[in-house]
Amino acid sequence: MKECRLHGRGGQGGVTSAELVATAAIAEGKYAQAFPSFGPERRGAPVAAFIRVSDRPIRTREKVYQPDIVVVLDASLPKLVKVSDGLHEDGIVILNTALDEKSVREVFGIRSRFARVDANTIAREVLGLPITNTTMLGALLKATGIVGLDAIDDALDKRFGRLAEKNKAAMRRAYEETVISG
Amino acid sequence: MGKRVGIEVSIAIADAVKLARADVIAAYPITPQTHIVEHLSEIVANGELDAEFITVESEHAAMSCCCGSSAAGARTYTATSSQGLALMSEILYHPGPMRLPIVMTVANRALAAPISIWNDHQDIMAQRDIGWIQTFAENGQEAVDLTLHAFRVAEDRKVSLPMIVNIDGFTLSHVIEPIVIPDQEEVDAYLPAFKPRVRLDVKKPVTMGPVGIPEVYTEAKMAHNEAIKASKRVILQGWKEFAEIFGREYNPVETYRSEDAEVLLVTMGSISETAMSAVDAMRDKGASVGLVRIRLWRPFPGPEFRKAAGKASVLAVIDRCLPPGAVCGPVGAELRSLFYKMPGAPKIFSFVAGLGGRDVTVERFEEIVDKARAYAKKRPTELYEVIGVREI
Repeated sequence: MKECRLHGRGGQGGVTSAELVATAAIAEGKYAQAFPSFGPERRGAPVAAFIRVSDRPIRTREKVYQPDIVVVLDASLPKLVKVSDGLHEDGIVILNTALDEKSVREVFGIRSRFARVDANTIAREVLGLPITNTTMLGALLKATGIVGLDAIDDALDKRFGRLAEKNKAAMRRAYEETVISG
Repeated sequence: MGKRVGIEVSIAIADAVKLARADVIAAYPITPQTHIVEHLSEIVANGELDAEFITVESEHAAMSCCCGSSAAGARTYTATSSQGLALMSEILYHPGPMRLPIVMTVANRALAAPISIWNDHQDIMAQRDIGWIQTFAENGQEAVDLTLHAFRVAEDRKVSLPMIVNIDGFTLSHVIEPIVIPDQEEVDAYLPAFKPRVRLDVKKPVTMGPVGIPEVYTEAKMAHNEAIKASKRVILQGWKEFAEIFGREYNPVETYRSEDAEVLLVTMGSISETAMSAVDAMRDKGASVGLVRIRLWRPFPGPEFRKAAGKASVLAVIDRCLPPGAVCGPVGAELRSLFYKMPGAPKIFSFVAGLGGRDVTVERFEEIVDKARAYAKKRPTELYEVIGVREI
């Protein structure tokens, strides 16, 4: 079973990202859960969402304490939130950042494996908005293979209808541009 | 055969209510509400379900509305949670003795104060004695299946009682997971049209819910009690037919690795799934531990529970509710009464856990089992213990 925690800000679509991954995994015949950090969330405040994906039925309702994967949607969050908290020792952090490998280690203090992509630029250029929740799915898929690209495409089609194409394009560009370190 | 999809449990419940072809949905649309009635309002507005969706000014009005529509012969549904259920309280006592088969989902959540929106069972335990049939769902699939079962049982002429399906707030209501959504044809085969024995009809007037003077009140309460006790046969039949059509089996009480177990955990609701993982972990370490999960809470399935408990010597009962000043939590008290002075009865220890969204983890279950084992040797001074309290 893989456990994943997504960090974002209220209104950035972190819960939607989690939902897309879970529904895609379930469509692939796997078992999955997606859930928000339960609470009175506010727009702009740091929030989290969670995903579990497994080949077998998932028999737990615990929160996610030791994620294998952490995805950070917002480039400003790693300075504010301990995004690596509880990360499994061979886990990976997936960052939306324009910084290079050395700077990520120095500025954010990331010691684990990590993947990075400049999702803000991609989202602005492809979607025309700095909303990175679907773009960052490309980085998540590249770094972990937690679900297949086709399954996410289908999930995006179902969720966004005519807006899906742009989101799929942003997601695929992030998939190409994601760099994995460590 | 149904379709397996990844879906939020609340949305799936709304789909189940649509498949059940509800006639009237009356609900208060604001917090503490879930996506269940939000999605139902969309379904009705889109013309996917030919029903009256009545947005009312409070939960008190929602339940009043449900009583009226059910009495008029309409298949009636509502959903609520925590403070909303509390606000309904006065009206909740009416549909039982009036034999109105309203179906309601309660997304179980804590009651204020302090203000909390998170999961436990305090809302429903405060309404334990309203005289509705009550089931508890362990997961999203069960939430959907028990919803269909509820309409089937409640409206059966031999039963004609209101029914609540309890689902854990947030830990079920807000989770996306795989659920098989049944086909309409299957549901139609399972769920006949609602044909009440009597209903409000200007051409054939009846009186419902009149004054019960002292000469009849006791008999009316007895009749209601007998009805809810007798409903178990139809509840079981409803599950049997459900398994025949949908292929998923349900029982009033379920066990997990309980055979020959010395200690049995006893749970209700979605923590049962984590409890199963805890049992696996403890069994791997060689501990003689199993699990009994209560699905049917009212009427309480006494014989089924005693059978499930088997020869276990210790029951570690988990309550998601702390009744201040009581001897112990409601599930613990129920089981102590059930086994009182029975030969070979297990030692029963009551633990309160998971209040107001406090997580109940595998480690907590292990702690509970360890404590229950220790208490079996040396009886504790209190009859219950609150688990996972932070030292400040």
